[in-house]
Amino acid sequence: MDSIPLRDGGLFRERRFGVAVAIALVLVLISTMVPAAAVYPPAWKLPLGNMLTTALEFLVEHISFITRAIAQVVQAPLVLASGLLANGMEIPFGNTRIELPPLSWAGIAGAVIWAGYYAGGFRLALLQALGCAYLLLFGQWNGAMLTLASVAVCVPVAVISGLLVGVLAHLRPKLNTWLLAPGLDIMQTVPAFAYLIPTLLLFGFGPVAAMIATVIFAMPPMARVTCLALNQTPVEIRELAKMIGCTERQTIWRILLPSVLPSLLVGLNQTVMMTLNMVIVASMIGAGGLGFDVLRALRQLDIDRGFEAGAAIVAIAVMLDRQGVAIAHLARPAEALRSRRWVWIAPIGFIIAMTLLGAEFGWLQNFPRELRFSTGGVLGDAVRWINVNYFDTMEALRVFVLSYLMNPIKIYLTTTPWIITLGFVAIGAYLIAGFRLALLSVFAFGFCLVDGLWDKAMITLYLCLSATVVATLIGIPIAILAARFDGLYRATTVAVEVLQTLPSFVYLIPAVMLFRVGDFAALLAIVAFAITPIIKFTMTALRAVPADLIEAGRSMGCSKSQLDRYILLPIAFPTILLGINQAILFALAMVVITALVGTRDLGQEVYMALTAADPGRGIVAGLGLAFLGIFIDRLFQAGVAGLQRRSHVNDGIGYEPVPSEVK
Amino acid sequence: MKKEIGQLSDSSVKLSCRNLWKLYGPFPERFAQESQLRQALNSGREFTALRDINLDIRHGEIFVVMGLSGSGKSTLLRCLTRLVEPSFGEVLLDGAPLTSLDAQGLMNIRRHKMAMVFQNFALLPHLTVAENIGLPLKIRGSDTAEINRVVPEMTALVGLSGMSQRLPHQLSGGQQQRVGLARALAGDPELLFLDEPFSALDPLIRRELQGEVIRLQSRLKKTMIFVTHDFNEAVRLGDTIVIMKDGKVVQTGAPEDIVANPIDDYVGSFVAGVDQTRVISCGRIAIPAKSSAYAVTVDDRAKIVEVADLVANSNGPVGVVDQSGHVSGEIDATTVLRMLASGSRERLAS
Ligand SMILES: Nc1ncnc2c1ncn2[C@@H]1O[C@H](COP(=O)(O)OP(=O)(O)OP(=O)(O)O)[C@@H](O)[C@H]1O
Ligand SMILES: [Mg+2]
Repeated sequence: MDSIPLRDGGLFRERRFGVAVAIALVLVLISTMVPAAAVYPPAWKLPLGNMLTTALEFLVEHISFITRAIAQVVQAPLVLASGLLANGMEIPFGNTRIELPPLSWAGIAGAVIWAGYYAGGFRLALLQALGCAYLLLFGQWNGAMLTLASVAVCVPVAVISGLLVGVLAHLRPKLNTWLLAPGLDIMQTVPAFAYLIPTLLLFGFGPVAAMIATVIFAMPPMARVTCLALNQTPVEIRELAKMIGCTERQTIWRILLPSVLPSLLVGLNQTVMMTLNMVIVASMIGAGGLGFDVLRALRQLDIDRGFEAGAAIVAIAVMLDRQGVAIAHLARPAEALRSRRWVWIAPIGFIIAMTLLGAEFGWLQNFPRELRFSTGGVLGDAVRWINVNYFDTMEALRVFVLSYLMNPIKIYLTTTPWIITLGFVAIGAYLIAGFRLALLSVFAFGFCLVDGLWDKAMITLYLCLSATVVATLIGIPIAILAARFDGLYRATTVAVEVLQTLPSFVYLIPAVMLFRVGDFAALLAIVAFAITPIIKFTMTALRAVPADLIEAGRSMGCSKSQLDRYILLPIAFPTILLGINQAILFALAMVVITALVGTRDLGQEVYMALTAADPGRGIVAGLGLAFLGIFIDRLFQAGVAGLQRRSHVNDGIGYEPVPSEVK
Repeated sequence: MKKEIGQLSDSSVKLSCRNLWKLYGPFPERFAQESQLRQALNSGREFTALRDINLDIRHGEIFVVMGLSGSGKSTLLRCLTRLVEPSFGEVLLDGAPLTSLDAQGLMNIRRHKMAMVFQNFALLPHLTVAENIGLPLKIRGSDTAEINRVVPEMTALVGLSGMSQRLPHQLSGGQQQRVGLARALAGDPELLFLDEPFSALDPLIRRELQGEVIRLQSRLKKTMIFVTHDFNEAVRLGDTIVIMKDGKVVQTGAPEDIVANPIDDYVGSFVAGVDQTRVISCGRIAIPAKSSAYAVTVDDRAKIVEVADLVANSNGPVGVVDQSGHVSGEIDATTVLRMLASGSRERLAS
């Protein structure tokens, strides 16, 4: 990475390089002479967290009666949805109460399979049927329906708010660049746990707070997709709207938005998956549902239960994602759903019929217990067997990675005086991307420093960097191999797509099962989560290399590996860097989750603030993570942009068609 | 300029512009005074897309704007519709200044009097042919009964009757542009703006659609402003052609006048590519009549190519008669032959 601007050696000759070296030397000197420049004195710590907590407490005291009232209102649909899908409802009726059972499993499963058939034909119907069968047979139905209820309530809210923000961003570009876009960045990079705390305080403990946090987390992709799609609508379409005399409102709602519906549906799908991800995470802190089941099982080291619940999460994610993709590919999704009423009526009728029949035939109401089965300890035994028989091998691997990769990085980052780390990062940022980014780096690292989070920030970076190194070492060879063969390429593409839809939490399960809690298990989980963008970007970039260049290489007599080495990889390099960038961001997001298995990073700080109900502390740590993430992202983007300017490479991925101006 | 507006008493003028300028650069959208315009012109930061354009477009004519890429045709068209705000000058519709209308007034004019056909069709991908055609009516708030009456009529008019339920991506390019035409005509506009409507189509389809425009025009008598960079298309369709270069008007006139008398080399290079016998009429090449009665006569508006057979087969010169049946001159086989020969030479060359 550090070779980006140095590639042609030109930088060494530039004066600013010399200046940078001089400054670095001075910093090293200072750090040896001034103790405060090596270890930040705790007395200098800014009580930002405490101030925030006090402010929030003041706020809670004075406005929580409003927010709690809102919570009451918002709760109604949530209660309704979970009542319908999972819990059943009690309705007061005169003096007695009528107990309504939840909807019949047979009805819901039938409707799900029907939806699969309608949107994706036989194959999707089969997938949905298998998914439902798994959930039913392994006793995960109830947890799954609870999860689904939260998703069903959150998605419309997230989608509508995302749509509105996206439209606003399109209509007011200035507002977008100065307020909305950075806001969305922060919403996506601050770990959700961090704003879970203030929402809990404001809206009370309960599912509503989780729901609001979920909406905050899941809304940005919808807003981004909407704004991007609107900005990219052809100029002619906008001129058409003007020429037929549309008002601004008509232009947006009747011309532009419907004409970009396919893109919006892609955004919708992303929102659904993000919602699921967040619902799982939120359920761990008491909302109940599959995430909670997994966490409990993990804590009790009940591998079978943990695995079964984890697989249920995977099943739901895949089912939702494939259904969403299929709907987005319908020729006229909106029309298809609007005009043919039987698409709705048939499954709803079926659900009602099954539920009514369920009153008569109990097995339609509750899936018969006798039919359920479980892996019954088999998995637990298998893992134990692996742990016993391969303990030495696995331990050797663990020790190897720890002592040759992780610990050196850790020791370097945690023992180097802060002023050197901060200074070097800033100088690097300046050389790669200029003054503004250097400022951003000082801000991001300085923020962690003055809030007394330096050590935790360094641990966070250490985990992310180690994981990114491992993910790159494993991911790039996989991608090179996959890019060579058509069949393998397609299979890997689908696999990566599916893996990316899985809630991040799922990745923790096998790692913890095999390696217990600790940094190495955390590393494995982060690698598993962060490797997908590397594979995806590398593979796509290699495939996008123009055919004539490859032919030129062949005609020179390159072997396959020479072709990779001298032609494909150099051309794909900028895009691969973008993949690595994504991987680091994924890793940062994952760090918060791995805090659940006891790493000592910023994620842990957030998590501890959550258990201590200390909102200020959580927000500060969350912001620290977000600033680091945003800095790394901008640094990579700038580096890649510089590279592309230099080599005029256009691989079709980092490239966005610039909407041509109205002539 | 006030006095020039006053001159517009000619009732046959539908749309016109006076001293129209368009400058791109760091300037306000519109200059209030001529001095500000002058200042901007000297600023060195301006790009002048239109300079001092004056045009009169007559009611019911096809007015073709022609020029090379970048000459400002699209900019002119868009200034006339105010899709692009002219920096200076007036646009007058039926003698009333369009340039001083507010947003609401402009919207009303566009809803009821104007329509546009786009180079890349600009069909909405999520609407069927019928819905696309009915869109302007819907937006302007027409009732369902009217939409249901007009849409099939327009669909039939452009020959797409069987396809009204298809989506745009299920149509060929030519069919898509037919939808574009039908949509533009659906609101029964007085003015039709077409920006290189057939440039994205292959030559055969292009000819077919040009024929369609001629046919529609003979029935509907709209005022059309038609942008093209294809001089043959301009000659075939235009009642008046204006030729532009670097944001300026180089020559304006009937196709025949331009073909017969190109004003400079720029125009001449366009003219060189056309077959003159298809453009120039007999009246123009006739020499004074030497006798008072001819066995064979031709109409003075007939194109040379149309009378070639007749002239070649007659013995001696053929009389040319004007609209009142009066003999105004004569042409002989040699002249016709010479024109035909030069026409085919050009065709060989091009
Ligand atoms: N938004 C703009 N900003 C700056 N310059 C512009 C803008 N729009 C157009 N121009 C310039 O104005 C000139 C005229 O453009 P215009 O689109 O009118 O040309 P045209 O004759 O329609 O060409 P074509 O045949 O390629 O469509 C061009 O040189 C173009 O670069
Ligand atoms: Mg143009």
